[in-house]
Amino acid sequence: MLRILIIEDDAEASAYLAKGLKELGHLADQAADGDTGLHMAQSASYDVLIVDRMLPKRDGLSVIEALRKAGDQTPVLILSALGQVDDRVMGLKAGGDDYLPKPYAFTELLARIEALARRPKAGGEVVTSYRVGDLELDRLTHTCRRGDQDIPLQPREFRLLEYLMQHAGQVVTRTMLLENVWEYHFDPQTNVIDVHISRLRSKIDKDFDKPLLHTIRGAGYTVRDTSD
Amino acid sequence: MTRLTRILRTTAFKLALLYIAVFTGLSGFLLLYISQSTRQLMDTQVSQTVDAEISGLVEEYVRGGIRAVAESIDRRSRRPDASLYLLMDFSGNTIVGNISRLPTVVLDETDGGLRRMRYSRVDATGEVEREALVRIFDLRGGFRLLVGRDLGEQSRFSTILAGALRLWLAAVIIMAAATWFFVSRRVMKRIDAIAATSQTIMHGNLSGRLPVAGNGDEFDRLATNLNEMLERIELLMQGMKDVTDNIAHDLKTPLTRLRTRVENALREAKTTEDYREALLSTIEESEQLIRIFDALLRIARVEAMAPDADMPETDIARLAAEMADLYGPVLEDEDGELVTILPDQPIMALCNRDLVAQGLVNLIENSLKYGRPAEGPLVITVRAGTENGRAVLSVADNGLGIAEEDRDRVSGRFVRLDASRTRPGYGLGLSLVKAIARLHGGNLVLKDAAPGLMACFDLKRAETSGGNTDDGQASDRKPG
Repeated sequence: MLRILIIEDDAEASAYLAKGLKELGHLADQAADGDTGLHMAQSASYDVLIVDRMLPKRDGLSVIEALRKAGDQTPVLILSALGQVDDRVMGLKAGGDDYLPKPYAFTELLARIEALARRPKAGGEVVTSYRVGDLELDRLTHTCRRGDQDIPLQPREFRLLEYLMQHAGQVVTRTMLLENVWEYHFDPQTNVIDVHISRLRSKIDKDFDKPLLHTIRGAGYTVRDTSD
Repeated sequence: MTRLTRILRTTAFKLALLYIAVFTGLSGFLLLYISQSTRQLMDTQVSQTVDAEISGLVEEYVRGGIRAVAESIDRRSRRPDASLYLLMDFSGNTIVGNISRLPTVVLDETDGGLRRMRYSRVDATGEVEREALVRIFDLRGGFRLLVGRDLGEQSRFSTILAGALRLWLAAVIIMAAATWFFVSRRVMKRIDAIAATSQTIMHGNLSGRLPVAGNGDEFDRLATNLNEMLERIELLMQGMKDVTDNIAHDLKTPLTRLRTRVENALREAKTTEDYREALLSTIEESEQLIRIFDALLRIARVEAMAPDADMPETDIARLAAEMADLYGPVLEDEDGELVTILPDQPIMALCNRDLVAQGLVNLIENSLKYGRPAEGPLVITVRAGTENGRAVLSVADNGLGIAEEDRDRVSGRFVRLDASRTRPGYGLGLSLVKAIARLHGGNLVLKDAAPGLMACFDLKRAETSGGNTDDGQASDRKPG
């Protein structure tokens, strides 16, 4: 369960978002303007803030800046309908952690919120290896094993699996993979990410009984040990 | 507006008026000048003649006394075209002369100068009042001698000049009016033709063109320019219409599919799972629609961006390598091949990395969709290089290519070359690449890769991209 604050002036969008999040078992508070939002964010502890850029009274970016200045490191997802090409850069510069242009798919938003909330805290201990079921990824030696079998991976495949395992149990969308594994923000038209996933899958799942890399229809992928 | 007021308002009419005024002024000045100088010339001549006669008479007086003078005057008066003479004694009685009466005051002034005066003269028709230029001379012994010339000649000349002026003015006005009439008629005819054509164009017939007489005058030049403008407008309108048609088609298809699916689900779905399946596919379908709008919006945003916006330095050789790395497996899965031709050194360009990547990806995806050869595997070649001081990215395939006449229009929005529009895509990919290239001060150029199509776009190179200095950095970078 996550405690989430939605700072969004569009009442309908905000209510829709809150309803969706609550149905999934999260706690969602709503603020309709920048001042209220800042006040609520400072007076309670949230796991993630969802901040719209255009807000009455106080602009979304200024809310984030005020929070960061006060030492609040709560992860922030920026929503924006502004849609300028360098919007993302401005949002991240102001202290936002992720950025999603409107209109967005709810699954995409959810995947990003969960990724943000479960992100390892800065200054926390460094994770050197990931383990899901009998699949093991060693970040120091850059090796991958499943059961007693070594799986050779290309550097890019390693980065892909690393990101998926870092978010094991969570849904990771195609755009998140493109942004975090390839570090590009654009819209691939075809199933280019799917091709990479299926290659990875053929390496880590093909010769084993139990698949670990799952496709979540309409959302993305997840690495999960279903026997848990 | 009546025809008359229209004519009165024409530039030709105003010009004609102005010319009449200028010509009249000029000719008036000329005539005045001529008459003035002629008068002066005649006055000088008169003065010389009068002086010569006076000195002749004075000589005769000295030689022969008053009698000789009187005889000489009498003789001279009888000659045709004679001067005026009057000899008087000291008490003012006429001794001899051909002037019958003259104002008495005249005789009191004997300062020797020429002066104008009116006099009466005995003529065949009787006594007539005339004007003359005279000089009065005192002879010794109290006699006074008046010699003068009649000015009838001069005034005749003035009359002739005045007559000439009137004639001249009449001629100028008539000529000006005639010129104006013909010019304005011609001009009005041309303007009326242009106005009539523009009326039909304004009523929606964009194929109308202004008449060009072919004599290369200013109206022809104007008409030619306007026709070119109309050509462009017609082309744009056609493009607009195409876009609208295509949008209608491309948006209608997924919407219809969406609707059909929902209807089918309502009719046939039995279990919750069936409904779930239907809703999921509805979402997928609507996501396609959102993608079309996103693509359109993205093009609009890129087109609206200021081209001189701060662009960071980006190694486009590495960018090309990374995109090739991203798409290589896609081609391998289809037994195709993605070849890269990249320099060893980085190519630093001033560009928006994500946008350039998007542009390159769009070109690769286009090749994937439309660049397949009739037989054999698809080979896509991604190239980064420099050309004429600009950084150039290009993507070539070995497919069927695009006919030369289609290359210009294919980057228009929603333009798809397969008429059936059955192949995937929305015809927005190249529009975005073009917008991205323009944003970076470059252009999208489609060439014949023989076989296949090569699409290139160029970017501004970073000034510091000295090649060698960047080498070390490049090799330090994480590969791929």
